[in-house]
Amino acid sequence: MGRKITIEPVTRVEGHGKVTIHLDDDGNVAQTRLHIVEFRGFERFVQGRPYWEMPVLVQRLCGICPVSHHLAAAKALDVIVGAGTGEGLTPTAEKMRRLMHYGQMFQSHSLHFFHLASPDLLFGIDADPAIRNVIGVALKHKDLAVQGVMMRKFGQEIIQATAGKKIHGTGAIPGGINKHLTTEERDNFLNGPDPLNADKMIEWSLSALEFFKDYHKKNKDFVDNFSVFPSNFLSLVRKDGAMDLYHGVLRAVDPTGKKILDDINYQDYLKYIDEEVRSWSYMKFPYLKAYGKKDGWYTVGPLARVNTADFIPTPLAQKEFEKFKAYNKGKPSCMSMHMHWARLIETLHSAEMMKQLLNDPDIVEGELVVKGSKQSEGVGLIEAPRGTLFHHYEINGKDQIIMANLIVSTTNNNQPMNEAVNYIARNYMNKKREITEPMMNAVEVGIRAYDPCLSCATHAFGQMPLEISLYDSLNNLLEIKSK
Amino acid sequence: MHVAERILIYAYGNPGRQDDGLGNRFVEEFGKWIRSQDIEGIELESNYQLNIEDSLIIAGKDIVIFVDASNEDIEDIHFSPVEPSEGRSEFTTHAASPSFVLALCIQLYDKHPKTYLLQIRGYEWEFKEGISEKAEKNLEKALELFREITLQGFKELQGFANN
Repeated sequence: MGRKITIEPVTRVEGHGKVTIHLDDDGNVAQTRLHIVEFRGFERFVQGRPYWEMPVLVQRLCGICPVSHHLAAAKALDVIVGAGTGEGLTPTAEKMRRLMHYGQMFQSHSLHFFHLASPDLLFGIDADPAIRNVIGVALKHKDLAVQGVMMRKFGQEIIQATAGKKIHGTGAIPGGINKHLTTEERDNFLNGPDPLNADKMIEWSLSALEFFKDYHKKNKDFVDNFSVFPSNFLSLVRKDGAMDLYHGVLRAVDPTGKKILDDINYQDYLKYIDEEVRSWSYMKFPYLKAYGKKDGWYTVGPLARVNTADFIPTPLAQKEFEKFKAYNKGKPSCMSMHMHWARLIETLHSAEMMKQLLNDPDIVEGELVVKGSKQSEGVGLIEAPRGTLFHHYEINGKDQIIMANLIVSTTNNNQPMNEAVNYIARNYMNKKREITEPMMNAVEVGIRAYDPCLSCATHAFGQMPLEISLYDSLNNLLEIKSK
Repeated sequence: MHVAERILIYAYGNPGRQDDGLGNRFVEEFGKWIRSQDIEGIELESNYQLNIEDSLIIAGKDIVIFVDASNEDIEDIHFSPVEPSEGRSEFTTHAASPSFVLALCIQLYDKHPKTYLLQIRGYEWEFKEGISEKAEKNLEKALELFREITLQGFKELQGFANN
């Protein structure tokens, strides 16, 4: 008798999704699907609003990565106010925005590693959920948990100083930024008492990387084989191929490392990227037009960025990048658990970038805004912590938004997350007659590697427990398990 | 007036999602009131959500009141003590609950502030700013309760709790 297993994870702030796993009559996995209920109401909601409201308005989308939406919207509006497509801002505006962005990247990646990933690594994915969390980490490795807290705090304080406030920050405006950093703020971030200073953040980023590499050495089989499947990878890179999380051109590579998209001005993204609608999911499936729906899907996020970039323009992260590349013999890594490795390399890069920017005199003085001739349309892309984020707006003669299109990072990773679930299900669930905790954990860990932000992807609100339902081939419910 | 203990009132929610911003509005309005009464010693904080670094913020306080909008089946407002949780991680959680933050505070900093949660019932959650008319009434009840608690110097808080 065939079975259908449904995993339905939901939290209040992050929307919801569920996993269905269909088993055939022999108990083998026949089909898997990750369903995420996407609500596209936001694009309609902003129609008719004045364009200049967007950088603040889009923060209503998500309380988890508001800074990424704030900056992507501001970048799109830079084009609309005639301030260029990323290179036209004043040095102060660009550097302040970059500082805000690297602060966001740093705190987001730190949270993911210490709060979500490190418990899985320290205790194993089959450990009791009661200890498989940051409090469990605190019990066994207090120093690691304290570092996680302080790294988050440092990143959050950088955001507050650059965006102006914690909620609905107003720092980035069309054509620039609305404030400098004060010299007192800068000095405090650079030379504040331990541990809240830039050097300590670099030191701790390095130690988190060492922790992961040591774990990898001892657990090669898990890290390298837990979830592996070929994928294309897409991200922004700087014109010269450097990793650049704030601005650049679009590049995509295939699983062999061949560039299948390169040096693309993202204002033209619609020429290269389309989104497929599938009847069973509300969340769309983006793909590269030239390669079609079946073969053109791609992964975004830390692993994609490390796979597409030629180098990282800060010295310590570059050394780690070289080790990563050497381990993967110069080819893209298709191992999902390497996402954690890539994320930690980016954490280090972000810490180095923050220090570099804080030492730049343009941060505390200089012109803030430029304006040019008004355009009717603009696209803003940014490498958000979870991957490439697209904002696209059109305005009318009354300065009102008449069209908005957002492709969020988690939507870009829709197919890869489905592939990960499929790979894990086939390895953990074949020939299994019941749902076990390790099965649920494995699926969770596989999806979690992508750090999905379902709030962005779904714009939803609700609260439900994690639930697994088991159906037979006739869709009769056999079993429900919640956690 | 200066309250004797170190008190933090910490609201969380997204004010761009209508009633989800009830906590943030509470802090705004309560802040106006304590300033008008020249009351010192109460720190106010507002954020989108709680997270792990908040364990450090609450570690330095004697009393912590978290304030959140609620879509649960409560009549108007609900005030209750917070116990530390086991801290289980959710599927893709990027936020923490008051009980999780308290547990982390105890574990990392060996501090255990008296912690309470004030929930204010909300009804509308769309992409709009502003609290719904119905929720405004609940907000006023919450403010009334805290004006009373403050004037009594935050003493015997347990007596104000619903459970």
